[in-house]
Amino acid sequence: MSTPPSLYGLLAEFETPDALAEAARKVREAGYRKVDAYSPFPIEEVIEALHFHERKLPILVFIGGLVGCAIGFGMQYYAAVVSYPVNVGGRPLNSWPAFVPVAFELTILVAALCAVFGMLLMNGLPMPYHPLFNNPKFSLASSHGFFLSIESSDPLFSRATTEEFLNGLRPKEVTEIEA
Amino acid sequence: MADLDTSQKPATGAMGGAGHTYESVTDKISDIVLTRKTSKSWILGFGLAFAFFMVFLYASTYLLARGVGIWGINVPIGWGFDIVNFVWWIGIGHAGTLISAILLLLKQQWRTSINRFAEAMTLFAVACAGVYPLLHMGRPWFAYWMLPLPNTLGIWPQFRSPLVWDLFAVSTYATVSLLFWYVGLIPDVATMRDRSKGRVAQLFYGLLAMGWRGSARHWQRYETAYLLLAGLSTPLVLSVHTIVSLDFAAGIIPGWHTTIFPPYFVAGAVYSGFAMVLVLMIPIRRIYKLEDYVTPRHLDTMSKVMLASGLIVAYGYLMEIFYAWYSATSYEQYMVENRFSGPYALLYWALILANVVIPQTLWMKRVRTSTFALFLVALVINVGMWLERFIIIVTSLHRDYLPASWDMYYPTVWDWATYVGTIGLFFSLLFIFVRLLPMISIFEMRSILPKQDGK
Repeated sequence: MSTPPSLYGLLAEFETPDALAEAARKVREAGYRKVDAYSPFPIEEVIEALHFHERKLPILVFIGGLVGCAIGFGMQYYAAVVSYPVNVGGRPLNSWPAFVPVAFELTILVAALCAVFGMLLMNGLPMPYHPLFNNPKFSLASSHGFFLSIESSDPLFSRATTEEFLNGLRPKEVTEIEA
Repeated sequence: MADLDTSQKPATGAMGGAGHTYESVTDKISDIVLTRKTSKSWILGFGLAFAFFMVFLYASTYLLARGVGIWGINVPIGWGFDIVNFVWWIGIGHAGTLISAILLLLKQQWRTSINRFAEAMTLFAVACAGVYPLLHMGRPWFAYWMLPLPNTLGIWPQFRSPLVWDLFAVSTYATVSLLFWYVGLIPDVATMRDRSKGRVAQLFYGLLAMGWRGSARHWQRYETAYLLLAGLSTPLVLSVHTIVSLDFAAGIIPGWHTTIFPPYFVAGAVYSGFAMVLVLMIPIRRIYKLEDYVTPRHLDTMSKVMLASGLIVAYGYLMEIFYAWYSATSYEQYMVENRFSGPYALLYWALILANVVIPQTLWMKRVRTSTFALFLVALVINVGMWLERFIIIVTSLHRDYLPASWDMYYPTVWDWATYVGTIGLFFSLLFIFVRLLPMISIFEMRSILPKQDGK
């Protein structure tokens, strides 16, 4: 039977975090790439097994911090030196030590905004609808269920062999995810 | 069956969640919100807090109609209750950030049981604090004048003034605390979404959860973001109270112009904040039967932090006296003399009793393990820290340089109404929080449980 177009993928449920990590390693070894794991808390081994480490977010946050600092300091410099210079007994207009606190606060503010919204955007959130939510079992993923999905768009995916492969990983259950 | 591997020390149990499984943790914490009926005592408590909040609204409406003259402030004492309470509230808030950010970076797992609650406390305390400078302006509808906005006069805020730094510090702090709290909530509101039965609840939690599905890819970025936020919040929280202290230290008023102020204020903030966490957590763990999660070990550890920061604060009091003597300035020396035996001496000695003497009982394990004694000591510290701000602000201002300009400060009924009003606001928000959101971080609790075979 060929893959019906309404199939998003297959979902396997595992009993423990370790079983999920083990399964994730094997799925990855078997060559599947459109794979994701779902767990009620972050599991380092699973992230490791699926090679999900990426370094974009810290870079974004660092740049955000630099931009915040530049805006903070630049604004104060412009105000004090260019736009509205006030000569207070011949003291330097660019009194930079007094500009540190505001520049610092804006550094933190912009970096924190980048961290949160960068994380959300890269994760594609908010996403109110996802095919996984069609699966009644999936609600356990936020409590005590450990899931692994292989999407039908994976080049290696075939309804029958992938299911057989997943069953070989000793899951609790393998179910379909309707698109 | 619990399978304790050696990397997870058995002490984990004492840190909360002993004998629980992933499922029972989820059930226990989410059921407080989802299945527990709104109890009579909740309605009563919330009603009482809300009544006090109404007092606040009444007092501030009258304030806006009549102006700040209804308060006890006068010319030498331009900063009365408003700044006392502002500093008090913002200090209380600091414990939340300390627990959630600094203890996360230090890998202190025991924070997991209390961080969500403490962060909520931070947020509400900052909201209460923020009210005061706004009202103190007298014309809060011009609050935007403090912002660097283009205007027809072509003028800017004074960026060399600690008061402008304070605006940036407190608003950044409020924003980052809110973000930190919300990010921590996302996986838990997803749990609530998946477990709630009613349509309204599903929509409410569903909107907040933004479609979180616990994907490993998401978790990886999530953890990175959370850690980065903790790293950013740590210097932030230290900077906020430092800048608050600079509001004083940058002035030339006797008793304010000292370099001890920033560390002494930060320690005081931690001190009062931990005291407030204890004052709130001790009854709540009892009412909601959370003794498995907030264990005697938590109370013990928190009282130790309190004791340590209290000693730094005591050192600050000592240095204020030393500095007055060492400066050889008669104004500074008179300030200390005036605190010791002037018209506010009673409050000064009450402050020393509450902040330095009574907390020494925390050296005794019996006090640290008795919830009742600990509750009382924490309450006393909260009062003491309030007195500290009162003494710092009022005794320095009321007799500064020229005796001709000396005066006394007596708070009026409107000062008190605003103060108890913000306490009402704080507790109203807390009551709503414990009713609608999980007060312990469920997903972090799961992740510190010993690994389980089966469930």
